[in-house]
Amino acid sequence: MSRSTTRFDTKKVNSELVTLTYGALVAQIIKDLENTDDVSKQLERLGYNMGIRLIEDFLAKTGTGRCLDLKDTADKIQTAFRMYLGVQPNVANWSAAGDEFSFVLDSNPLTDLVELPEDLKGLKYCNIICGVIRGALEMVQLDVQSWIVQDQLKRGSKH
Amino acid sequence: MSLTGRTRLSILDKPLSRGKGEVSLSCFALLFSEVVQYCQNKSQTVPELQNKLHELGQKVGVKLIDLYFVRERNCKREIKLLNILLFVKSTLWKALFGREADKLEHSNDDENTYYLMEKDPLVNKFISVPRDKSSLNCAVFIAGIVEAVLTGTDLRPKLPPTGTKEQHIW
Repeated sequence: MSRSTTRFDTKKVNSELVTLTYGALVAQIIKDLENTDDVSKQLERLGYNMGIRLIEDFLAKTGTGRCLDLKDTADKIQTAFRMYLGVQPNVANWSAAGDEFSFVLDSNPLTDLVELPEDLKGLKYCNIICGVIRGALEMVQLDVQSWIVQDQLKRGSKH
Repeated sequence: MSLTGRTRLSILDKPLSRGKGEVSLSCFALLFSEVVQYCQNKSQTVPELQNKLHELGQKVGVKLIDLYFVRERNCKREIKLLNILLFVKSTLWKALFGREADKLEHSNDDENTYYLMEKDPLVNKFISVPRDKSSLNCAVFIAGIVEAVLTGTDLRPKLPPTGTKEQHIW
């Protein structure tokens, strides 16, 4: 595992800087929008914008080819998680038809130091990740839906 | 419901992370770019945009104070001006950006003025400033962080000149 992380020589930054920057952004959006659902949507949109640019970075760094099937795609997204967030998600909950699955993140740098207050329990804090996945896959001609099944801030985190 | 509520660990029950976690630079660069774009959409003028970034920086800074003083200094706060400046220059900078800030200078003209210098701020690395907005400098985000850290450590009375000067040297 450690070998595969060093293989793509990526520069790193302190995860707390990212966590806090993201937190400040979310707080700002909440202030601007008020409605929690709108905030979640906005986060997804921001993620989407990031995703369509992140995929280039991913393809350039890994030099990976086309995915043969969704299992392949899942593997690659897993690699991307490791590259960009430094966490290793587990792929689980494959649907019988093989067209739906979940990522389970044991730890998520975005939610370090984060606690949702009672009145924001409806907020999908990590919705940005869903957006990133959707944006990135759209750029490689894969139309996907991505959503949060469970949230660690409310218990357990899945996509 | 109540059962899960009771068994659930609150964030205060968990040990404080050691802050060694790392995230890819591309990830941060894209996130910051979204931050800038979001602020840009919400503002009409360049100063307005800079103010928004500065405010966001302050939000980050306020949280960093607690985090770093608990982790690095055994909860002891620094109240001497020079010490806190050095703390920002070395400890904080190193933790956030991987190296110390380039220089900390004391102004000749005014003994309350210090300059903190950074030649190549991380947040500006991937930002190209459009010609019509040449006065924009996204490092005000960092200025916001620094200002919040200094203000938050109760150096306010001495600070206004320092705080504002710092933004200009970026």
